[in-house]
Amino acid sequence: MTMKKFAIELTDIDKRFGAVHANNKVCLQVTEGNIHGIIGENGAGKSTLMSILYGFYQADAGQIDVLGNTYIFTDSHHAIAAGIGMVHQHFMLVENFTVLENVILGTEGGALLAHGLAAARKELTRLGEEYGLKVDLDATIDTLSVGLQQRVEILKALYKGAKILILDEPTGVLTPQETAELFRIFSTLKQQGVTIMLITHKLREIMSITDQVSVMRAGQMVAHRNTCDTDREELAELMVGRKVLLSVDKGAANVRAPLMRVSRLTVVDSQGVERLKDVSFELRAGEVLGVAGVSGNGQTELLEALAGIIPITQGHIEVLGMEMDDKHPLTPDILRGLGLAHVPEDRHRMGLITDFSASESALLGYHTDANINSGVWLSKAKVDANCQQLMQAFDVRPADPQLKSANFSGGNQQKLILAREMERNPEVLLIGQPTRGVDIGAIEFIHQRIIAMRDAGKAVLLVSVELEEIMSVSDRIIVLCDGAISGRINAEDADERTLGMMMANALDPIDPLQAMNDAKSSSNRTAQELDL
Amino acid sequence: MNRENRITWINRLLLPVLNVLTAFAVTAVVFWLIDVNPLEAAEILLYGAFGYEEGIGYTIYYTTNFIFTGLAVAVAFHAGLFNIGGEGQAYIGGLGAGLAIFMLDPTLGAWLFIPASIIGALLFGALWALIPAYLQAYRGSHIVITTIMFNFLAASLMVYLMVHVLREMGQMTPQSELFPTNAWMPFVHDVAAGMGYSIEASPLNLSVLLALVCAVAVWFFLWQTRWGYAIRATGKNSTAAVYGGIKPKRVIIVAMCISGALAGLVSINELVGYQHRLVMDFHLGYGFGGIAVALMGRNHPVGIIVAALLFGTLYQGGAELAFEMSGVSRDIVVVMQGLVILFCGALEYMYRPWLIRTLAPVAQQISAAGVTV
Amino acid sequence: MSDLLLTLLLTLDATLRVSSPLILAAMAGLFSERAGVVDIGLEGKMLAAAFAAASVAAVFGSPWLGLAAAIVASCCLALLHGFATITHRGDQIVSGVAINILAAGLTIILGLAWFHQGGLTPALNNESRFLSITLPYAEQLAFIPVLGPIYKELISGHNILVYVAFAVVPLVWWVVFRTRFGLRLRAVGENPKAVDTAGLSVIKLRYQALIVGGILCGIAGAYIGTAYNAQFTRDMTAGQGFIALAALIFGKWRPLTVMLACLLFGFLDALAVRLQGVQIEGFGVIPVQLIEAAPYILTVVLLAGFIGRAIPPKAVGTAYVKER
Repeated sequence: MTMKKFAIELTDIDKRFGAVHANNKVCLQVTEGNIHGIIGENGAGKSTLMSILYGFYQADAGQIDVLGNTYIFTDSHHAIAAGIGMVHQHFMLVENFTVLENVILGTEGGALLAHGLAAARKELTRLGEEYGLKVDLDATIDTLSVGLQQRVEILKALYKGAKILILDEPTGVLTPQETAELFRIFSTLKQQGVTIMLITHKLREIMSITDQVSVMRAGQMVAHRNTCDTDREELAELMVGRKVLLSVDKGAANVRAPLMRVSRLTVVDSQGVERLKDVSFELRAGEVLGVAGVSGNGQTELLEALAGIIPITQGHIEVLGMEMDDKHPLTPDILRGLGLAHVPEDRHRMGLITDFSASESALLGYHTDANINSGVWLSKAKVDANCQQLMQAFDVRPADPQLKSANFSGGNQQKLILAREMERNPEVLLIGQPTRGVDIGAIEFIHQRIIAMRDAGKAVLLVSVELEEIMSVSDRIIVLCDGAISGRINAEDADERTLGMMMANALDPIDPLQAMNDAKSSSNRTAQELDL
Repeated sequence: MNRENRITWINRLLLPVLNVLTAFAVTAVVFWLIDVNPLEAAEILLYGAFGYEEGIGYTIYYTTNFIFTGLAVAVAFHAGLFNIGGEGQAYIGGLGAGLAIFMLDPTLGAWLFIPASIIGALLFGALWALIPAYLQAYRGSHIVITTIMFNFLAASLMVYLMVHVLREMGQMTPQSELFPTNAWMPFVHDVAAGMGYSIEASPLNLSVLLALVCAVAVWFFLWQTRWGYAIRATGKNSTAAVYGGIKPKRVIIVAMCISGALAGLVSINELVGYQHRLVMDFHLGYGFGGIAVALMGRNHPVGIIVAALLFGTLYQGGAELAFEMSGVSRDIVVVMQGLVILFCGALEYMYRPWLIRTLAPVAQQISAAGVTV
Repeated sequence: MSDLLLTLLLTLDATLRVSSPLILAAMAGLFSERAGVVDIGLEGKMLAAAFAAASVAAVFGSPWLGLAAAIVASCCLALLHGFATITHRGDQIVSGVAINILAAGLTIILGLAWFHQGGLTPALNNESRFLSITLPYAEQLAFIPVLGPIYKELISGHNILVYVAFAVVPLVWWVVFRTRFGLRLRAVGENPKAVDTAGLSVIKLRYQALIVGGILCGIAGAYIGTAYNAQFTRDMTAGQGFIALAALIFGKWRPLTVMLACLLFGFLDALAVRLQGVQIEGFGVIPVQLIEAAPYILTVVLLAGFIGRAIPPKAVGTAYVKER
């Protein structure tokens, strides 16, 4: 019996992007002919690692061995030549090209296309039969379903001679049926001796298809397991990681009337992907409602829909006495006027304008405020005073309103945004990832302020990927998975294991019991609304 | 001093200076290519622009046009829009000014005529920018292409109107009859004479004050009002602007209308202030010149005034140069405009990687010495 | 032969002559924009090329040397555009504007310095120009009804560059849709990341496209300077670069439809000349300016989505940056 050799061996791969340490001395061994899962949250460094392996980026340090040979990949060409194929999360397809044209791009086999196209057609037909990858070679990509487009990506890799196939979050955009079909293809590929690396944050997929699994967290490889020796709960814990337990001093919640009622909210994005599915919940004055879930499961869309930034596709939202649905949207300025404040998840993309001074960023959303404007004049003195006051209240350092927003540390940027949104005494507060990239001291402070809001009778919706944070700050918790609510629990009944189960369990396509409950609760809610 | 600060410092100060110097240097090469001593040329040029009263008058007169169009381009830039339709907007603005004047009773006083012509220029300039703005905001057509097309449409429309509708009776040249004298923007030399000072006559008229008022108004509008805030926020980060309740479509419309209105004011200086009638092609080159002015002036009114003065100097000095030296024409200014747009605009960051690399050790020394920014 | 037919033929004949530089410039734009680089510098490149061609032809007495100089001049500007927008990722529009303005100024300045004729180049004699070619048997076959005059008046009697322009169109079509270069070119304008992940160089492809565009623009300029006219005059391209750009959009970035758009715009131009001051019964005089403005109006209307939709290559206007 011969030892199976390694298809891929990565040793001490290191990569930084500016201040971000995306990959920190990562080691990985992938056995030939296996399906190897790499799991971790968004931002854990999985995609960077794969891009390095594919020659798209160069590692700052470390060694790459493919099928026993050491390589230095300076561009994708080298990786392709070494037998690596990659199916990116966002497909690298030219949309108005046919399948055939897409496949041969880069390996056309001569200056004229006719010959290459004919040869490729023959070869692709063969590959299609061998691996069960049927697709109309003359269809243009934009007429194909997402599942078929992905199949084209796989064909493309195989056509270029891939022996090792990397798939980055391949099921993120697929329906359950398409996912099942993809896994069938994986089995066929495996039988033919192809090594598959599956990058995902979905535990169910790892458990059902892989042979081995490696877990990444915050740029590091934290564990390697044989799939048969582990379970979802352990993987969930490894992925999320245990943090220093932060106790938040809070009394019992004094819950009052609901300030926001979300009924059967569905959001479909511009690509036609359903990001939120039939989400219903109430948010009441005097409570913190936590939204847990592995990131990328609809949290961003939930926050943006509630804040009036992205349109609702179906369902409706009642907030502070006003209603909005697909026909009657409320814009962010109207919602803000009603008393809804929003701390966005991504402070650079949305929360502030990095090129503006702190005092101007501290004005975002409130630039029409009568306290700052004197007639048409947006008084600089008042703008600075406003910022100064916010900086004082939340201890933003350096307390210099003139400093460019980009030049504050992440924690101080976050405190400035929190101050802006909280200091105006809103009735409803939506908060996304309040402590991402914030140091421990500031975390405690931020948590206390959130609790203070709750105790003042405000309604707080807290979205976070940190389970610890969700559990210690929230009163009630809902879990989002794949855009739908997959669990509801009171914070005192929740522990990491239960939540992990909800986040993971719910990854099963349909949980009959849950579905029944959901249907019941939403029908109850409809009845209530009719009463109103 | 951290890395961020260092980059800010390089972007704000060093890069623009280096870029302008490069444009100057290449202009010197062009002079050298055509066998002209750049230093000698500069001397003649400066004399022509500042050496005598009439020259100074002309210089400031041209500067006025560049302030208007530079401001116009800058306002659109702040909203993240590139308005290359300044030419057309200036031209149509002239139509507005002229129509306003011809519609009024010629016996009315200047206090009515001049504001009316200004309003006409503002409105028509804004209108000519409104259509591309609307098409960008609501129909998704690219503003650069539509504003280019609108430059040509403005030219065709004006040719038609000048030849067939507005031409002075019995004249072959396509120009309108003279504006009533009440409608003339007073010349600076006349005003000065009225106050007892004697200045040589030049086309310089009170429009230059209007331009300075506009510069202050644009500064106030962009940095001291909520509308300006909305425009700048949209230009810097439209996602964050939407989050902040700002409506980008509305911003596009407002910014472009203001931009077009400012460009339209070129006609006040050119027609109401100097030519005193509607003429063809009075606007030529100022719209594109405005792009160079705005890029060089870093889209700030103070910078724009300085850059406009530079181009005004070149315009007037260039005329002197063409008069003094046989092998040179005023088009050297056009070359310089192109070079400024190239180096201050398209190649804005050419030196950055190099600067960051060279200055890194210096910056470290400074920070080691405990100097903070 | 009826007068009407002759008038029609003469108008169409003028159409071909006016359209030729438009077609060449539009094909240049097609290469550039198909590769993802906006090319509003067509006007400037043509102008520079016209100047180079007229100057060199005047000095050396050869239209072919003039043509070569035109191509060199145009390619230099194309490379400048590439240096700014591909290498340094500068704004493509700003760079295009710079090229247009630079060309407008430099042609006059250099012309004045070299020839001392107020910015004009010396008038070219016939040996230094591309002259009309009479195709075989044009005279002999003229007697054949309809077809004869069409052959003689319309098809025969153009200079070589007109034939080149029309020959270039199928060639461009073939290159863009039937060769490896064309496939990569189209891919890099739609999804440069797909090209990069296929192991190809986005930068190299875009430079190649700009060079091809430079060559075509050079021919267009030579046509204007040494075939259609006999000397260089100030701003002699007179917005034809922008008309070509409009035709490129109007023809939706496809060679054959772009050529038809050029012919349409050329026809409008020829018609405008012919209708100058002509009284038409029931209408009175048709404003020539309206016909001249038609290409711009049509393009704006098309861009606004009122008649069909002009969808540009997806990646056009954006510099390629490897994202994190």
